[in-house]
Amino acid sequence: MASRRVAEILRAAWVDSPDGTDLPACLAAACTRALPVSGVGMALMTDQGPAATLAATDGAAVTLEQLQFSLGEGPCVDASTTGRPVLQPDLVRTAPLRWPAFAEGALEAGIRAVFAFPLRVGAIRLGVLDLYRNRAGPLSPDELAEALSFADAATLILLHEQVGAPRTGAVPVLDDRAEVHQATGVTSVQAGVGLADALVLLRARAYTEGRSLADLARDVLSGVVDFRNDNDHC
Amino acid sequence: MAREQRLTKVFVELADTLVEEFDVVDFLQMLTERCVELVDTNAAGLMLDDQRGNLQVVAYTTESARLLELFELQKAEGPCVDCFATGQVIANVDLTTSSGRWPVFTEAALASGFTYSHALPLRLRRQVLGALNLFTVERRALTDDHLAVAQGMADIATIGLLHERALRDQLALAEQLQTALHSRIVIEQAKGVLSARAGISVSEAFNRMRSHARRTGVHLTAIAEAVVAGRLEDADLQPVTGTS
Repeated sequence: MASRRVAEILRAAWVDSPDGTDLPACLAAACTRALPVSGVGMALMTDQGPAATLAATDGAAVTLEQLQFSLGEGPCVDASTTGRPVLQPDLVRTAPLRWPAFAEGALEAGIRAVFAFPLRVGAIRLGVLDLYRNRAGPLSPDELAEALSFADAATLILLHEQVGAPRTGAVPVLDDRAEVHQATGVTSVQAGVGLADALVLLRARAYTEGRSLADLARDVLSGVVDFRNDNDHC
Repeated sequence: MAREQRLTKVFVELADTLVEEFDVVDFLQMLTERCVELVDTNAAGLMLDDQRGNLQVVAYTTESARLLELFELQKAEGPCVDCFATGQVIANVDLTTSSGRWPVFTEAALASGFTYSHALPLRLRRQVLGALNLFTVERRALTDDHLAVAQGMADIATIGLLHERALRDQLALAEQLQTALHSRIVIEQAKGVLSARAGISVSEAFNRMRSHARRTGVHLTAIAEAVVAGRLEDADLQPVTGTS
């Protein structure tokens, strides 16, 4: 099941980075080992677009990330600004038409395929995970599933890094249910914070109270839990 | 309105939507609601392959924790799982006798007051993209005619997912599926934000956003993003009195 894999990936990243300071790099490295890709990069996102490189596993990955910042163009930029994954198995064929400036730099660096995954929870946009290959070819369905699991894990890592939440060894996977996302919206309004902070608040509270996020979400939606009266969520 | 007229009206509505610019999640939601009406069932959900090995609910007809739970349970067990795995229609599941096959699902479905359940595959050539799940309260099986209509609706849902020519490409389909899943989350978040800001139910919040989408021609997902970003306030979304 997918969330089991995400939990495994997160656990492994924490093992590689016990103080939690290096999680993006550890995750990117694990991703290159788990998938037939040549390298992986991860970038942080703001409302204006890609903002900083968080990880790049080799020289070409560094180039890939740098190109998107300097040119503001390319599959990774598209993925982060549109929030849609951009899966490009054959850059020689598709990139020169679609992203001419990017194509030149990428092909010169030996990059032949890019798979860019936005790291987001709905309207919470955190970054992008870029997988590249030095040869053309698509991801198989199994490989796509694995890449998506890495993207899910990266999203959770960035969620907690962005909000500056206290780090623990256990970063539970996200319960992807309608009630959880609705409760995130409600909490954001009640606590007067953004969606990312609201989600972290909910996760922290569920963890502290030893119950599932879905359970807490239902209480938020029914009004049993109301963050307007809450003084202990700092 | 006679059933034939109703069928015609829905057929035209869906076809007209497909040839225009449309929001995938909004379309799937509308389709799911129409399906429930047309085949005389009481509740439905549409689930898509999340490409990580799971089914994820993308549209559902009632804002009910119990109904959502029934879809959640079907990630592990139930007619949708089997339908998705085999690509076969699973029709007229009598919930009073199905606990041998799906114990947890059956118990939850019965507790919600349903007596029959059905699952229809969203098929594309040899692939299955998801499942359309229907529930009936009355002790009445669906006729062949109803099942044909339901499968037709499931097929239209598939077409809605693939409407762009480029989407015959596998990877473009993958992009489209993931985007639909992301959009659904934005819409759920916006429902929460709007309901808290305006002091209304999440169901009413959804209706207001959808009415606004219809009125302005802006995609539902874009409306939801604007709500979350604070660019659209509740005052902007009030339904105009006198219109439905």
